[in-house]
Amino acid sequence: MSLPFKLPQQLPDFTLPAPLAKLGDRLPQLPPTLALVTGLNLGLGRLIPREPLEPLIGKRFLIRVTDAGMSMRFAYGARGFRPVFDSAPPDLTISARARDFIALLAREEDPDTLFFNRRLLMQGDTDLGLLVKNTLDGVDLPRFDPSRLTLSELLHRLRARLATSPGAV
Amino acid sequence: MASSFELVCPAGGLPALKTAVDHGADCVYTGFRDETNARNFTGLNFDDKSLKEGIAYAHQRGVKVLIALNTFPQSGNWPQWTAAVDKAAAFGVDAIILADAGLMEYAHRTHPQLRLHLSVQGSATNYEAINFYRERFNIQRAVLPRVLSMAQVEHVVKNTPVEIEVFGFGGLCVMVEGRCALSGYATGMSPNSYGACSPGKVVRYEETPTGMETRLNGILVDRFAKDERAGYPTLCKGRFEVDDATYYAIEEPASLNTLELLPDLLRIGIRAIKIEGRQRSPAYVGQVTKVWRAAMDAVKRDPDHFTIHPVWMTELNKISEGQSATLGAYNRPWK
Ligand code: SF4
Repeated sequence: MSLPFKLPQQLPDFTLPAPLAKLGDRLPQLPPTLALVTGLNLGLGRLIPREPLEPLIGKRFLIRVTDAGMSMRFAYGARGFRPVFDSAPPDLTISARARDFIALLAREEDPDTLFFNRRLLMQGDTDLGLLVKNTLDGVDLPRFDPSRLTLSELLHRLRARLATSPGAV
Repeated sequence: MASSFELVCPAGGLPALKTAVDHGADCVYTGFRDETNARNFTGLNFDDKSLKEGIAYAHQRGVKVLIALNTFPQSGNWPQWTAAVDKAAAFGVDAIILADAGLMEYAHRTHPQLRLHLSVQGSATNYEAINFYRERFNIQRAVLPRVLSMAQVEHVVKNTPVEIEVFGFGGLCVMVEGRCALSGYATGMSPNSYGACSPGKVVRYEETPTGMETRLNGILVDRFAKDERAGYPTLCKGRFEVDDATYYAIEEPASLNTLELLPDLLRIGIRAIKIEGRQRSPAYVGQVTKVWRAAMDAVKRDPDHFTIHPVWMTELNKISEGQSATLGAYNRPWK
């Protein structure tokens, strides 16, 4: 019997091997943090609207990728996101496994579902977390259509993107 | 007997709206980004631009858009609610969902062409109340509070010309919609006027050696042991110490799931099934809409041989609050 609908091709459930968490702990946390804030800053003002994020100005965040032993500390200011180097307490800490962060970004999982299942924890100022979650949920991403993914299409997009990039982020 | 019913899906933002439309919703319900609706959470809901785009997207695909204006204005802020009614009318929504009788009177008088739905927050549980709203304000549809048994729902449907909509799936309020003062008592912000039960600014989660604690304005609502499923930090579903025992003193957190009642709901003439969850993400909206579309189509095709596909239940259980799914008040066989 065929299923009444097609099951989504979902991200498989995985946990990174435990030694990695210990190892990750001892690695410098700056490179992943830089990658994260650069990514966020790239989206700011384009995909992610700035205006609703105003209450985040001056706030500190900590993202903990538990199974990778990764802790990314950053702050938001008028000029965007930047890494922070001290260990002053963050205003909001979000902890989850790598797999679940990826699934959230891909919009495959609902954060409340992960929270009910104890796979996502938000500590600190919950309202900041809601603001981030709802702002990201409100971002209307362009539909991903694999049939349009030809080389010329990619080049075209890249060119368009470079043409509109502001000089500095 | 009605031969059809509509699937009414939640949308807290434009991507959720599009997801609902793409997965087979007949109607999508939304709200403005303020306290005029009962899901007034930080960053949630529609600004003018996204609402306009959402309505165009839905209408191009033959899907209706409803706006919930289902909180109760107070004398000091009345103009904010009437402005919201005017705005919804100007945007060309298919209906507005109201709870306050004064606002119904305003909407009926000012926009006689605009379709009015009675919100679950209006707490109308009997046909006399519903017919009263029909007679005075010409409401076209009423959403029943989740307190009635199946027999009582049928009794209402039989005695009113107003279309009846019921909740099919999602989180449960303790079942006195529009009248709950619990959250307001703890936080000073009533869900009925402020638009949010347990607003984020008063919610705190904390991992402690004995488990994850959730607090509402400093009040400990629950403590979840490691790996125990968690629920929203609502007072009605907290565990409290009463006479030396700690338990769910008001209501056990469970999620409503009425898939198995679909043939009966169709038979008794229910016109629409509502899915709870405007606060949830597009992923949830997509998952629930897909399952309910498939189930409702199956029931319409052959109501006598409707069976629940196990995959539907697995999908729905995954995304639910609480330990269990319940038929809620619908299932009171003795009634
Ligand atoms: S405390 Fe419970 S019953 Fe009251 S409004 Fe919140 S969810 Fe509903």
